[in-house]
Amino acid sequence: MTHRKKPWILGVYLAALLAGCAQKQNSSQLTIWHWMSDREDTLQELAGRYETATGIPVRFELFAPSEAYSQKVKAAAQTNTLPDVFGVLGEKRDLASFILSGHVANIAEEINDQEGAWRKLLFEKPLLMNEFDAGNGYGVPVGTYGVPLDVMNIQFLYNKDLFRQAGLDPNKPPVTWRDFLAANAKLKEKGIQGLVSGWGEIWLIECLASNFAWNIMGQDKILATLKGKVLYTDSDWVRVLKLFQEMRDQGALAEGVVTMINKRAEQIFANGQAAFAMNGSWCVNVYHGMNPSLDYGVMLPPRVSNTYPQVIWGGAGSNFMVNAKSVRKEQAAAFLKWLTAKEQQVYLATQTRNLPSNREALVDLPPILAEFVNDMDRTVHPSLMPLAEFPLVTEAMTKGIQSILIGEKTPEELAAQVQAVKDRELEKQMAQR
Amino acid sequence: MKVRLKDTFENYFFILPAIVMFATFSIYPFFKVFQLSAYEWDGISSTMRFVGLANFWDIFRHNTVWWTSVWNAVYVTLLALTFQNILALLLALACDRKIRGGHVYRVIFYLPPVLSGIVVGLIWSWIYDGNYGLLNHWLKAIGLDGLTRSWLSDPKTALTSVAVIHMWKGFGWGFVILLAGLQNIPRELYEAARVDGANAWQVFKEVTIPMMIPVFILVAILTVLGTMQIFDIIISTTGGGPGYHTEVPVTRILSTMTGTSQFGYACAEGIIFGILLLLVSLFQMRIGKTFRQAP
Repeated sequence: MTHRKKPWILGVYLAALLAGCAQKQNSSQLTIWHWMSDREDTLQELAGRYETATGIPVRFELFAPSEAYSQKVKAAAQTNTLPDVFGVLGEKRDLASFILSGHVANIAEEINDQEGAWRKLLFEKPLLMNEFDAGNGYGVPVGTYGVPLDVMNIQFLYNKDLFRQAGLDPNKPPVTWRDFLAANAKLKEKGIQGLVSGWGEIWLIECLASNFAWNIMGQDKILATLKGKVLYTDSDWVRVLKLFQEMRDQGALAEGVVTMINKRAEQIFANGQAAFAMNGSWCVNVYHGMNPSLDYGVMLPPRVSNTYPQVIWGGAGSNFMVNAKSVRKEQAAAFLKWLTAKEQQVYLATQTRNLPSNREALVDLPPILAEFVNDMDRTVHPSLMPLAEFPLVTEAMTKGIQSILIGEKTPEELAAQVQAVKDRELEKQMAQR
Repeated sequence: MKVRLKDTFENYFFILPAIVMFATFSIYPFFKVFQLSAYEWDGISSTMRFVGLANFWDIFRHNTVWWTSVWNAVYVTLLALTFQNILALLLALACDRKIRGGHVYRVIFYLPPVLSGIVVGLIWSWIYDGNYGLLNHWLKAIGLDGLTRSWLSDPKTALTSVAVIHMWKGFGWGFVILLAGLQNIPRELYEAARVDGANAWQVFKEVTIPMMIPVFILVAILTVLGTMQIFDIIISTTGGGPGYHTEVPVTRILSTMTGTSQFGYACAEGIIFGILLLLVSLFQMRIGKTFRQAP
């Protein structure tokens, strides 16, 4: 009797094992992975609207924070389990790797269809971040590999109430570097902290250093540095680093800024504990949530030189890509087209206070957000550059700036150290060739 | 014989899921790490470039940041081995006596280890905050204004501050193990020592310590392994900064893998780190054996 039962048990066991491996399939459902916890409710609402309009169910799946999301997407790429639509966080080289590995669909045909009707709706620079032209340094075939859901730029914010307390004109934020340091001196006299930003997250340091570099030496010299033709020990680069030293020496930075995460920096600025902040346009939504009565304005990073124009980091806030291996590629592209259409973009912008990627959706924006929009033409982004710096060089630079901020290194020492890393990376590159 | 073979096959069949899981999630990744360490790979591309031992060579020859991170972890480990375990032993000795509310203390002391490292890190970030932190507030309240600072951003205090958080979170483990060890010592030994006229210090030195040596070794090994792999507290407090002052091997491996997209190099770092931990554990076990063999 016992032996007769065994085949049964084995059969049930095998069935359970195989059933466990089976994947629940809904042939028409689009699955989208995102990391934007602040936009989750709005995206779910839009998913519902899309299903009502087209009958195609859309499932947004949130994986936050962005670091965890980034890991999940990389792991899914390695196992070929990416969803229909996903975002690639990081630099353009990361997107290039995804494309070259066959994970991202080229949607150039869709975006250029009907004389580029879809393309014309979107801001140019954010879209460029998803495009690769002929002869790009990454070896990616010419094409469009994603669309921006929203756009952003990173600027300085100043607290108007604290300006009044320090006897500064709240309608005249500092324009030049000298003005900025002078304003900080006045604020300091009143016991008010100066600039706060999440410089524990080193990409924000990179952002400000990049702003200074563009203003001091312009694009050509930066490109020459990336190519290795200009050294980081050049006086202009040392000048960039000295600006951080000056901020430290003048006491222009909030306490603990060097290891601060941006969320904490946002709390400090929203609570009126620092007069300046450096943050992205997403902060409008964040500050509104933290302190709806915060009275603040937007200003460009202080101008250091008159030789070259001031620029700010900006472009796409969040991009979505279509999985090249998805059987629902066309439906996924159609959904992205719908999501970036005016009606949906207006809804997204009003609900989440982020800048829409659709030019026609710039209506009824809060005044503070409109100030960010005014400077979109000044945006630059490393992803838009034809060349990218070696990641190790960028890390040496940003971590080194932290060392300047704590008084451990001089700008000259750091410049030499960064150049040494650059030399090693160039040597490695040469050896590979 | 035929029936026995069939039975054996069926038995193995039933443990197959466990074997498959173990092979997939433990054995395969273990060997895969060794394989990847010999390649240059960004973690996404379908192609990898074989570089042999170049990643290891680079770590030993050029990567001073990596060795700084190892030293930082050693520093925190040394603090944990001494202060954390001495505190754990003192508390275990106190709770080993029949004191009022002993069970309550045990629960309280064991609470920090069960809390999430991220949560603990965030709470302590508030305590250490240079602007409105509790620690600075207390220091000011007792007239020690000169000592106030941004504890996690000051290179002089950042690593020690992180170590304090780690020790606060970790002493509960040592406490529980040491208490269990103390309670396993036969009471007759204490009584015999007292009959022989031994005072409290002599009882501790001649009875408690020798009987506790295996437990001390266990606690020391766990402390070293746990502390060298410190990660979550660093991420939630300093992110490895300022500069590289609180970087530890695990944060370096992570930033090599995700920050600079060098998966092969990160695997090489992981292997070197694993070998270091193995060597330390073997050394500790050797020391323990010597102590146990001593007359």
